[in-house]
Amino acid sequence: MKNFDYVRPATVAEAVAAAAAPGAAYLAAGTNLLDLMKGGITHPDRLVDITHLAGLDGIDRLPDGGVRIGALVRNADLAHDPDFAKSYPAVAEALLSGASAQLRNAATVGGNLLQRTRCGYFYDSASACNKRQPGSGCDARGGENRLHAVLGWSEACIATHPSDFCVPLVALDAVVEIEGRTGRREIALEALYRLPGDAPERESVLQPGDLIVALRLPAEARAFSAHARYLKVRERTSYAFAIVSAAAALQIERGTIREARLALGGVAAKPWRAHQAEATLAGCRPEPAVFRAAAKAALAEAKPSGDNQFKIELAQRIIVRALTLATAGTPQRIPALPASAFAPISGASHHA
Amino acid sequence: MSFSISLTVNGVRRNIELEDPRVTLLDLLRERLDLTGTKKGCDRGQCGACTVLIDGRRINSCLALAVSHDGADVLTIEGVARGDVLHPVQAAFIAHDGLQCGFCTPGQIMSAIGLIGEGQAGDDPERVREGMSGNLCRCGAYAGITEAVLDARQDLVAANERRSA
Repeated sequence: MKNFDYVRPATVAEAVAAAAAPGAAYLAAGTNLLDLMKGGITHPDRLVDITHLAGLDGIDRLPDGGVRIGALVRNADLAHDPDFAKSYPAVAEALLSGASAQLRNAATVGGNLLQRTRCGYFYDSASACNKRQPGSGCDARGGENRLHAVLGWSEACIATHPSDFCVPLVALDAVVEIEGRTGRREIALEALYRLPGDAPERESVLQPGDLIVALRLPAEARAFSAHARYLKVRERTSYAFAIVSAAAALQIERGTIREARLALGGVAAKPWRAHQAEATLAGCRPEPAVFRAAAKAALAEAKPSGDNQFKIELAQRIIVRALTLATAGTPQRIPALPASAFAPISGASHHA
Repeated sequence: MSFSISLTVNGVRRNIELEDPRVTLLDLLRERLDLTGTKKGCDRGQCGACTVLIDGRRINSCLALAVSHDGADVLTIEGVARGDVLHPVQAAFIAHDGLQCGFCTPGQIMSAIGLIGEGQAGDDPERVREGMSGNLCRCGAYAGITEAVLDARQDLVAANERRSA
C-alpha cells in the first residue's frame, strides 16, 4: 500500500477543504477503500478520516414524515432500527442481504453508496481497465464477463454497481445531501451516478471535496411498506454480491396496483430504476401476466455485453418473483436468509 | 509523522505511537501488542479470521486502520476467558468439536460472541448460519460451529436470567 497523509478534521467544513486537494479521498469505515488500497487499485495521497465528525450518525424522523439518515450510520444499525425496518422493509432486507455481519457492523451508509465495482478486471492491476486507468482498454469485453452489465453499458466499460442497499433506495426516490466547496446541495440518488459512456472513471456527479452527509427517504416511500421486497440471486447462499437483484414495492388498493416501484441491481453501472415497468403496472391487477409484461418492459433495452445473455431472462424472472412476493405482503420479520429467491412464496407469516 | 492513539485492549488502556498510518488494527494487535490469537487469513475482509469486537461489535480488523480507531475498546480472543475459566462460547466449541485445524477458531468465537450479543439470531439454526457466514472454515466444521453457537447462547441466556432473577 502506498503511503498517505492522514488527516482527521474536526468539522465538515474542514473535511471538505482537506478533501478538495488533488489525490485526497475520504475514509469512513474503509471496508472497500482499504481493500482497494491493499490491492494497489487506488492509491490516495491523503486520507481524510470523517469517522470522528459529530452529527453524522443519526436516524431522524422528519416533521414531514420522511427520514434522514446520517452518512456515518452503520449498515447494521440502520437495518435493525425498528421504525426504519418497519417503514422501509425492502431497504432493511437489502442491507441484511449484503456482505457479512462484520462488514455490516462497520460499513457506513455514505460508503455503501460510493463503493466501487467488483469487476475482476478492475481489481486486477495487470489487466486493462478504463475505469482504473482511463484509455487503457477493457479486458472484460473479451474476457470472463458472464456477471457484467446488460443495461447502460458502453464499449469502454461493462462493470456493474455492486450495492444491494441502493436498489430499493432508488426505487423509493432517496435523496442525498452533499456538502461541498460551494455549500450544501441535494440530488436524487438516481442522479448521483453516471453511466460509463466514454469516461467510466467518472462514476458519480460528485466534485472534489464533495461529502455526502446524509440520505433522505421521502414520506411517500412509507406508503409501500405493506408490499415491499428485495430479492437477490447470488452464486452462493450467503455473503455474495448479486448476479441480479430486484426491489419491488407496491401500493395495492381494492385489488388494484395504485402505484409501483421497481429497481434492479447487478445489471448496470448504477442501481437501475425501471420507470417504464412501473408505468405498465399502475392501475392493473397484481397478477402474473401483468408482472411478466412489466418485466419485459424493464429489460426492453437490455443487450448482452458478453457471455451474459442469461441475465436478461434471469432479471425478468426475478422481477416477476419480487412482484409476486411483494403482492403477497411484506413478511412480519425479515427472513432468516434475507432476499433469498429460493424461499417459499407461501408459508411465511405476512401482514397486509 | 507519527500519530499517538489510545486503545483499551482486553480491558487494559494502551497508549500507542504509530509511525505509519497504514497499520491495520490486525497488524497492530499481532505485531505490536503480541496478541497473535487474532489471525490473518485473507487480509482482505473475506474470511473473518481477524474478527475482533470493537465497542462490543464484531468487525474485520484487517480492514480497520488502527489510527482511525483512536479511543476504541477492543476485545480479542485473549480477553474472553476469566483466568482458567473459559468463556461459554470457547467451552461450547470444545464440547461440540467446532474446529479441526483451529486457524479460523478465534475469529469464529469472536464472531459468535458478537452474534449472541446482537440478539437477532435467537435459537434458529438458519439465522445462526446466516449470521456466521462472514467466517469461513476451510476444514468444514460448520455443523459443530452452529451447534456450539446455539448451545453457548442458551447458556448465556440462562446465566443472564439467573443474574436478573
